[in-house]
Amino acid sequence: MNESLSFAHVVRAEWIKFRSVRSSWMTLAVTVLLVVGLGALFTAARASRWPPRDPAELFTFDPTRISLAGVFLAQLAFGVLGVLVVTGEYASGTIRATFTAVPRRLPVYAAKPLVFAVLSLIALVPTTLAAFEVGQQLLSGKHINTTLSAPGVSRAVVGAALYLVVVGLFGVALGWLMRHTAGAISTLFGVLLIAPILVHILPSPWSENVDKWLPSTAGQAVFGVRPDSSTFGPWTGFGLLCAYVAVLLVLGAVMVSRRDA
Amino acid sequence: MIEARALTKRYGDKVAVDELSFVVQPGTVTGFLGPNGAGKSTTFRCILGLDRPTAGRVTVNGRSYRDIPAPLHEVGALLEARSVHPGRSARNHLRMLAATHGISGKRVDEVLGLVGIEDVADRRVGGFSLGMGQRLGVAVALLGDPDVLLLDEPVNGLDPEGIRWIRQLLRELAGQGRTIFVSSHLMSEMAQTAEHVIVIGRGKLIADASIEQIVAAASGARVRVRSPRRDELAAVLTSQGWTAVAVEADGLDVAGTSAAAIGDLAFAHGIVLHELTAQEATLEEAYMQLTAEDVEFAAGGAG
Repeated sequence: MNESLSFAHVVRAEWIKFRSVRSSWMTLAVTVLLVVGLGALFTAARASRWPPRDPAELFTFDPTRISLAGVFLAQLAFGVLGVLVVTGEYASGTIRATFTAVPRRLPVYAAKPLVFAVLSLIALVPTTLAAFEVGQQLLSGKHINTTLSAPGVSRAVVGAALYLVVVGLFGVALGWLMRHTAGAISTLFGVLLIAPILVHILPSPWSENVDKWLPSTAGQAVFGVRPDSSTFGPWTGFGLLCAYVAVLLVLGAVMVSRRDA
Repeated sequence: MIEARALTKRYGDKVAVDELSFVVQPGTVTGFLGPNGAGKSTTFRCILGLDRPTAGRVTVNGRSYRDIPAPLHEVGALLEARSVHPGRSARNHLRMLAATHGISGKRVDEVLGLVGIEDVADRRVGGFSLGMGQRLGVAVALLGDPDVLLLDEPVNGLDPEGIRWIRQLLRELAGQGRTIFVSSHLMSEMAQTAEHVIVIGRGKLIADASIEQIVAAASGARVRVRSPRRDELAAVLTSQGWTAVAVEADGLDVAGTSAAAIGDLAFAHGIVLHELTAQEATLEEAYMQLTAEDVEFAAGGAG
């Protein structure tokens, strides 16, 4: 191998970094378990109480979305993984060693989310697919299951994995911006958990008008199959989430290259 | 070669490094001395591009650190605070840094052997002693076989055997023509390793000289004499306008003249001498004199 500093080499270094700490694999495993396990749990609960008491539910029921319900909790674990990939380096001081090796810093800044995104896609697409298949198996007893070939279903299954990846990247961006684990995780949870609750307290129609612009609501449209008029379309919503994260990543790049490490 | 020109770094309104200028030459070990808080680590951080100078400039081999295309091959650094993830093994830490420059796993094994931690290379660094951590830091610095080495307090936490090892290693590396810049807050340590020292206090340059020059400057002309007829001798010496201070039972510390002049005078008066020695300040004393006014947190006496 040619001995010089290059982006490809930095990417390799980031891969070694990711795989050589136990917490990476543990958080990834927790995410996988939450998506598949909780999805199965929610789906089984729904199947056992079918048909629903409220007939309106017959029309809003989305067999794909219920099988992917684990994503709602898993997003927190995965966002934390994104945060830790960065703040773990600041907390331990590894960042100084890293930046002495790569003094221009931006290659590291770019390689980190790249490695993170590729790895998580490899891990998460099979995961959401598994959650979907397990869920449909559970629903098939009541004949309310769906298949991957039904319109919008395969998009939703892949979309759920994409959503998690982008939430993880949101964590990465917050990690770069804040450098401290606690601050970045609080902000992450604030945006994903607290903001929707606060928005729902607003009177209608403000509530709906604001809600659809929230990163979580916008992004989650990508794994719904039934059209929902209160949110953006699947790809528009997901695109909005990506735009938010992209803005934060650009902001972080400017700050990381300028400030003292 | 490392060159600082009016290097200044402020954090808020606190000045950490104040218009510091110096040159660190290749082929010798240069010590970087100063009390804790004098600005040594900040200077290192500026050299390594971790902190941006507020004003002035510091270059390594004529270039800003950020402009060096493959820094690990040019500059090796041992940073003061441990900079390793506690959950990662020593080998993986080195492999990760090596990977940024495409340095082979063979070289990683080599430096692990060189610093003597190959037996613990696959253990998590969190369980390392301070000494093992320092050895890993040295391994990081040597990874790219660089011409310039910066070591921040390398002997911290090392056992006597380790201290001897690092001194020998530094001299050996300097002997190969490399530039070695080592910080310490202990002059005695530097005396054993460095040939040249740069002393700073409160961010300002205090001295930039060889070890001998610093000792000579601090020594002044003090002579220790012993005589069974001390009091007579004292009277003779003070009559010449020299100051003589009684020490112990039969000794005098004389200032303002040379050993030869005292010997001649004693002979002329028929006074027997039992000792006549020019006193050299120890390096430690010289250093204390130099930095006495620049210690940030001096242990003040009562009142």
